[in-house]
Amino acid sequence: MASNNKPDEVEIENYIKENLREVLSELEHDQMPDQITDLLSVLRAQDEQMKAKK
Amino acid sequence: MNIPDPKDELITHLPALRAFALSLTRNRATADDMMQDTVLKAWSNMDKFQPGTNMRAWLFTILRNNFYTSRRKLNREVADVDNVFSDNMSVKPEHDGKLQMMDFKAALSKLPDEQREALILVGASGFSYEEAGEMCGVATGTIKSRVNRARVKLSELLHLRDDEALELTDTATMAVVGSPGLPS
Repeated sequence: MASNNKPDEVEIENYIKENLREVLSELEHDQMPDQITDLLSVLRAQDEQMKAKK
Repeated sequence: MNIPDPKDELITHLPALRAFALSLTRNRATADDMMQDTVLKAWSNMDKFQPGTNMRAWLFTILRNNFYTSRRKLNREVADVDNVFSDNMSVKPEHDGKLQMMDFKAALSKLPDEQREALILVGASGFSYEEAGEMCGVATGTIKSRVNRARVKLSELLHLRDDEALELTDTATMAVVGSPGLPS
């Protein structure tokens, strides 16, 4: 019966979820751009300066 | 006892935040600008963050607000897209799995921003419908509806509900080729 072989909603939901997680995982492993690491260094340095002034 | 610095926690969320930014904007340059704004805002408003609450949700909310504000300012529905999802599409696929992933990414990028965002927040980032609703400033039911519509659209684009092939396949053939079902 064709209808028995049709993927059900749970299968589709799981398929989408697994693929989404894989896509997000790939994006998370993308190298952090220099502009962000540079910004964090500047912000850290500013915090240190503020602490030193207190 | 040492109180953990929330700024240290912020750094642990950056990879997830960038993934969210990339998925929302589908453009590396725009995503990185959004990230920069978000980090700057979060860092300078850290005193407003309530310890014990969900910092990832807080950061995601700042970023998505930046995104939609900027989109409104530019008065455009469709962002400049540089195929963040399909960077590897020019690479010859080694097996079916890669092909299917490429198809999936292409379909995902075709979803409207609000639907893609809802699907990613709930389906991949681990937020509940309630949390996602709060983050997006809409009712929980709206998020559920967006997620459902996104799933339906993806299913259509990827032909996940197609049983046409099965209808044309007799039992003897099925015994040889196995159950096609979903792409493996």
